[in-house]
Amino acid sequence: MYKSILVPVDLEHADRLEKALETAADLSKHYRIPVCYVGITAATPGRVAHTPQEFAGKLEAFGKDQAARHGIDASTRMVVSHDPAVDLDDSLMQAIADTGADLVVMASHVPGLPEHIFASNAGYLANHASVSVFVIR
Amino acid sequence: MSDAANPRPEGPADLIETDYEIGQDNIQTKLGPFGIDIHNPVFMVSGLTIVAFVVFTLALQQEAEAIFGWLRPAITSTFDWFFLAAANVFVLLCLALIVTPLGKVRLGGRDATPDYSYSGWFAMLFAAGMGIGLMFFGVSEPISHFSSSVAEGAGSPDSWAPLAGAAGDPAEARRLGMAATIFHWGLHPWAIYAVVALALGLFSYNKGLPLSFRSIFYPVFGDRVWGWTGHVIDILAVFATLFGLATSLGFGAEQANAGLNHLFGVPVGNTSKVLLITGITAIALVSVVAGLDAGVKRLSEINMVLAALLLVFVVAVGPSMAIATGFFQNLIAYAEYLPALSNPFGRDDANFSQGWTSFYWAWWISWSPFVGMFIARVSRGRTVREFMICVLLIPSLVSVFWMTAFGGTAIGQIVNDGYQAVNDAALELKLFVMLEALPLAGITSFIGIVLVIVFFVTSSDSGSLVIDTITAGGKVDAPVPQRVFWAIFEGLVAIALLLGGGLAALQAAAVSTGLPFTLVLLLGCWALVKGLRSEPR
Repeated sequence: MYKSILVPVDLEHADRLEKALETAADLSKHYRIPVCYVGITAATPGRVAHTPQEFAGKLEAFGKDQAARHGIDASTRMVVSHDPAVDLDDSLMQAIADTGADLVVMASHVPGLPEHIFASNAGYLANHASVSVFVIR
Repeated sequence: MSDAANPRPEGPADLIETDYEIGQDNIQTKLGPFGIDIHNPVFMVSGLTIVAFVVFTLALQQEAEAIFGWLRPAITSTFDWFFLAAANVFVLLCLALIVTPLGKVRLGGRDATPDYSYSGWFAMLFAAGMGIGLMFFGVSEPISHFSSSVAEGAGSPDSWAPLAGAAGDPAEARRLGMAATIFHWGLHPWAIYAVVALALGLFSYNKGLPLSFRSIFYPVFGDRVWGWTGHVIDILAVFATLFGLATSLGFGAEQANAGLNHLFGVPVGNTSKVLLITGITAIALVSVVAGLDAGVKRLSEINMVLAALLLVFVVAVGPSMAIATGFFQNLIAYAEYLPALSNPFGRDDANFSQGWTSFYWAWWISWSPFVGMFIARVSRGRTVREFMICVLLIPSLVSVFWMTAFGGTAIGQIVNDGYQAVNDAALELKLFVMLEALPLAGITSFIGIVLVIVFFVTSSDSGSLVIDTITAGGKVDAPVPQRVFWAIFEGLVAIALLLGGGLAALQAAAVSTGLPFTLVLLLGCWALVKGLRSEPR
């Protein structure tokens, strides 16, 4: 039914992603398709890593850990953004196009007032991406 | 954070190992409906002080006007030698970095590649660095220096002429006037920016510290920069940025208002200026919400194209040959007068060296956190030598050309054509009066106003990004409403200062935040050299 799954991950808040990660792993096993974990970072030092290279290393370790834990075929992809607070949606759309994934599994918070003005990232993808988007709350 | 598996920046670099985690002092919470992510004391102290400042100035406009009117001359005349000497230190350091082996260090590690092409990079750093000032002072400053130099009594204590002036000698007065203007827009301001930008880039990209001012001082204070020492440095940087920006916004509003009055008869007054600042801040808001690539960079590029068009126009229809030869003559005049103009001690031209030069230096210094942070953010992957040549020499040469084309042409109009109107016009109108003597004045004046406004927007939006980063403890991915907050308050500070004392208040604010920051920067020079020496070359 699907070819591959893309899972956006925020390494700073990886603890809040558990439900989305479990769901992605279950779907991966069910359809026997690979998962690609996508992380977005700025070139400047951040909480997760000092440099994009360090970030790539941590993301890869995260992917390997998921693969070992769930017994799935996993890869990782880093996107470097000049202005991640704003460019996140576009960066994710680009990652979907680049990886050829046809299912996005993504954690999102419960919508509140700001979502009436600015769409949440998951909301944006569900609206604009041409692939299936599974939003986990 | 400093686990053993840290891959280094691209290629060898001297990463600083510290237990500080970026964002560890941040408060991440929800304020009403909005998520926020702010550095605890830095955001609170600077935010509350700015709000208090706006309220106080608006409530007590008379008192504020008196204080600001006294403050600016008091600081520039007491500390003129300090500003002049400090700026010389920055220029010498930059020139030294070009020629010494330290120039081989690359921002982001030895194998890093640049994030932006030369054209995008250059447009952003130029639009942020000079902007409105070039529009405001391009014609008015050369003429001011020229007419005070040629006047009877130039060189007397009451005169505003640079150095001894050149009473009764228009040719020499012209050279002196251009040299003095270029002095204020050439190597010195760009050296100030370059030092700040390089230091920020080095400690962030190569040493792995947060993109914030306190990081520069790690070699001096060690882990204390994460405590109150660092908080004070960051808060000073926020104030300097806000007030330096507000000064430029004030100049911009003044000139846009004068231009609109000149062209369309829009009334000149506080109401118009407040409306202008409000409207322009609204455009800046759209730009910051669109982000660095979609908003700020695109506007900077539009600006560069418009400014280049105006420049080409003036060169083509104005005295083309005189501008071409004037460029080299002015460069020679600049080189000739540079030692005397930059001498900090024993000056006989107090009005000029205190009223013009030390005000400028204080203003550039108060701008430096903002321009420097912005340049740093877009300069990853450049070597120190490449960086210094591009940030110091090329913009200086462009400034010389701009001043020659606009100021030189206007002086020519006075000397050769007897066009006195440009001499008599108010400072903020001189650009438009100069353009009037050239063909298509209606169109070019309109482009002039548009440029003032867009430069205003590019300063305001990039300024909000910078303040947002500082007040978020060096994080560049803080929630968008925070930049919106700062963009709005930049506009409000400019309005408050305009109403509470006009341009004098704006200048006083820039100068008084520039003074403590000069001390901070001198210390930063030492830290920068120390940081560069430990980098692999």
